[in-house]
Amino acid sequence: MIFSYYPGCTLKTKAKELDAYARRSAEALGITLSELPEWQCCGGVYTTAEDEIATKLSSVRALMEAKKEGHALVTLCSACHNVIKQTQYALNTDDDMAFKVGNYMQCDARAEADTKVIHYLELLRDIVGFDELKKNVKNPLTGKKIAAYYGCLLLRPSSAMQFDNPENPKIMEDFIRAIGATPVIYPMRNECCGGYITAEDPAMAKKNSTAVWESAKDFDADYIITACPLCRYNLIKSESPLPVIYFTELLAEALDVK
Amino acid sequence: MQKIGVFVCHCGTNIAGTVDVKAVAEALSHEPGVVFAADYPYMCSESGQNLIKDAIREHGLTGVVICSCSPRMHETTFRKAAASAGLNSYMVEIANIREQCSWIHKDMKTATEKAVILGRAAIAKVALNTPLTASETPVTKRALVIGGGIAGIQTALDIADAGFEVDIVEKEPTIGGKMAQIDKTFPTLDCAACILTPKMVDCAQNEKIHIYAYSEVESVKGFVGNFTVGIKKKARYVDETKCTGCGLCTEKCPMKKTPNLFNLGLDTRSAIYIPFAQAVPKVATIDADYCNMLKNGRCGVCSKVCTAGAIDYHQQDEHIEEKYGAIVVATGFNPIKLDNFDEYAYAQSPDVVTSLELERLMNAAGPNGGTLLRPSDKTHPHTIVFVQCVGSRDTSGCGKPYCSKICCMYTAKHAMLIRDKYPDTEVYVFYIDVRTPGKNFDEFYRRAVEEYGVHYIKGMVGKVMPQKNGKLLVRASDLLAGEQLKIEADMVVLAAAIEPDKTARSLATMLTASMDTNDFFTEAHPKLRPVESPTAGIFLSGVCQGPKDIPETVAQASAAAAKVIGLLVKDKLKSNPCIAHANETLCNGCSSCERVCPYGAITYVDKEFRMPDRTTKIRRVASVNAAVCQGCGACTVACPSGAMDLSGFSNQQIMAEVDAICR
Repeated sequence: MIFSYYPGCTLKTKAKELDAYARRSAEALGITLSELPEWQCCGGVYTTAEDEIATKLSSVRALMEAKKEGHALVTLCSACHNVIKQTQYALNTDDDMAFKVGNYMQCDARAEADTKVIHYLELLRDIVGFDELKKNVKNPLTGKKIAAYYGCLLLRPSSAMQFDNPENPKIMEDFIRAIGATPVIYPMRNECCGGYITAEDPAMAKKNSTAVWESAKDFDADYIITACPLCRYNLIKSESPLPVIYFTELLAEALDVK
Repeated sequence: MQKIGVFVCHCGTNIAGTVDVKAVAEALSHEPGVVFAADYPYMCSESGQNLIKDAIREHGLTGVVICSCSPRMHETTFRKAAASAGLNSYMVEIANIREQCSWIHKDMKTATEKAVILGRAAIAKVALNTPLTASETPVTKRALVIGGGIAGIQTALDIADAGFEVDIVEKEPTIGGKMAQIDKTFPTLDCAACILTPKMVDCAQNEKIHIYAYSEVESVKGFVGNFTVGIKKKARYVDETKCTGCGLCTEKCPMKKTPNLFNLGLDTRSAIYIPFAQAVPKVATIDADYCNMLKNGRCGVCSKVCTAGAIDYHQQDEHIEEKYGAIVVATGFNPIKLDNFDEYAYAQSPDVVTSLELERLMNAAGPNGGTLLRPSDKTHPHTIVFVQCVGSRDTSGCGKPYCSKICCMYTAKHAMLIRDKYPDTEVYVFYIDVRTPGKNFDEFYRRAVEEYGVHYIKGMVGKVMPQKNGKLLVRASDLLAGEQLKIEADMVVLAAAIEPDKTARSLATMLTASMDTNDFFTEAHPKLRPVESPTAGIFLSGVCQGPKDIPETVAQASAAAAKVIGLLVKDKLKSNPCIAHANETLCNGCSSCERVCPYGAITYVDKEFRMPDRTTKIRRVASVNAAVCQGCGACTVACPSGAMDLSGFSNQQIMAEVDAICR
């Protein structure tokens, strides 16, 4: 099965392993991730806070590019996924936005950007299926207690993301079970790490991130896994005593393609 | 020659504010057949009505058109006025120039034009009206109350007290409803069971009251005064007439792990059970989902120990049909499911409970014998956090947009009772607003704050986080102090919004009674007819109509009973003469009308017809049962040959109206 793939800038620089393990694992599962021939930075989550059109155009272009390729678009970085999904949601629900974007792009933006966007975890859940994934596991991570850290970008706003129950998600826990490990349910798993605040007010970000790993540690987790480079950055910066790794790394390990 | 009078009402400024009423009267005075046209500030007032009566007498009017409010409001008033002046009341037509004109338009010119058009249509119609006479139908002097909570109980007792037979249909094995599960009642703190159970016993002992417990309404046919209702008595596998309620079977039953629904699943009971000690009827019921004998034919202990021989594993659902003159809906409420409120960790921690669960936890007949203990480890809670408005006043789509009305008061009650019994327990209440409009209600709430030291904090709880040490970390905002709070609590109590019982929706369809978007039954008039449904003969009692507390429910229950009694004392009811009839020479017996009739009023008969060639022929033609037809007009639209017509709304009249509008 072929899917268009939008890696995003961070996956080409700071988070190369998130990308590499994802590609190898997908291959092992019989999925071809075909990177979009041309893509630009999603603009990061700042764009969603701005009431302007220009910053959202790179997401629109990615959506239109994938539509041209004729495949659903797979994303991996939480922030990219959030920005692309929110942009698409705004296009579909906000007539004014659709009109202005259409003017910029000289096309019917709503129709040409209606590509199905799925996160890599949704790919595992809905396309591959966790049961099928389980069958493909060669190296089950039995006995590992793993804390899934969702952060906020995958889950919220839930109307746009349609990813999982934002207050009590389970997709990552199901993923952890599929690769043979034991999920640790801890209350801070869907709280914000501090995000970009770290650039302006590092103390605030540190406070948030610390609360996350403390909660995971409290419930005896061995690792924290995440899909978000920014979450990982903040957790490590706040001196998490628990290793913080990308979920794709564990996936690759379980599939024996690490 | 028609002599039509036109009367244009100002309705104060309600109509005159946007419609030039004088211009309307003037314009309509030139319509064909109109011999009199006038306007008046309040046509419904006595002098307004006299104006109509005088004009009828003076000008010998044959038809009257009143341009005023909706016919729902005053059609009856004006029909009576016309009748008293000697004009057949069905020669009166209303042009609704208020709800359908002045209230929805802002521009005087457009509104006036539209009012004239509406008046013109009514004139065109009334010119074709024929005098109609209402026939009379007898009234079945028996009432049905659906739902056996405090609302249904009170209604039934009051109706029976007036000497009429009344049946209660209750879907649970016992009457009593939610009030039976409540521990204490606000603002007097008297024991709910102590004031409810005597009423339950009164119902059981009253000769006029028959209780169909563990039963459901299956079908409703007929109309006001003459309903036929199908009731399903669900199999309880126990012969009600033989069971003495001794409870031996419940002690001996080996299936002790059945969730106790009366205690909201907080503890377990046996598969054969009596919901609670004061149940009425006090008869055992077998829970078929858990009974070994019913599931796989192995056990039979209850049958062996029952000295009365009441156990009957082969009992089947029983279907009964009864006739009633009036039906009272008292189907009550349930707390909403908390699936959309995972931030409060209700599904994740047993120590997060709903307020109704707390009632059971504090009740002497509850799972802990009345001692408040944490469900998880049965220890004494030292800190309890209450969260109000869980799903109430919620426009996010997760909950209900309305205020559930009872939560502020019962939360104050819970907080006060806990502080009174366990002074070492700190109690926090998070609220959006505290709403206590009721007799002695605000005093009650202030006592909780001032005398009992309950910490009321304005703000909502953002998240409840179960901790490793078993505590619940509550994160909330204090809006008055502008601070974020973290409270480590032992228990969290959620004041879940209330919603109408799920069975109400299907019942409303059977009764053709209307509901609002929240599935509360709609009253005939929100202020003036609060206990009647717009469907004649259907009355509303209790929370099925909107959230209310016990005193209000009882008041409404008695009001509904008064309305029922007012109906049942009549020997005959005037029926609506605006009903369908078939023109037999045009009818070809195609059955189209029968298929669309929602009341089953149309049957077919074989009739002899004299043909033009002097032979006779037998043809199948439609026949309308005048007592059953409600005059909805569906058949007149469905009839392909135009044989069906509705008195008072004939095809000819409707077309005349349309022509007048399009002129």
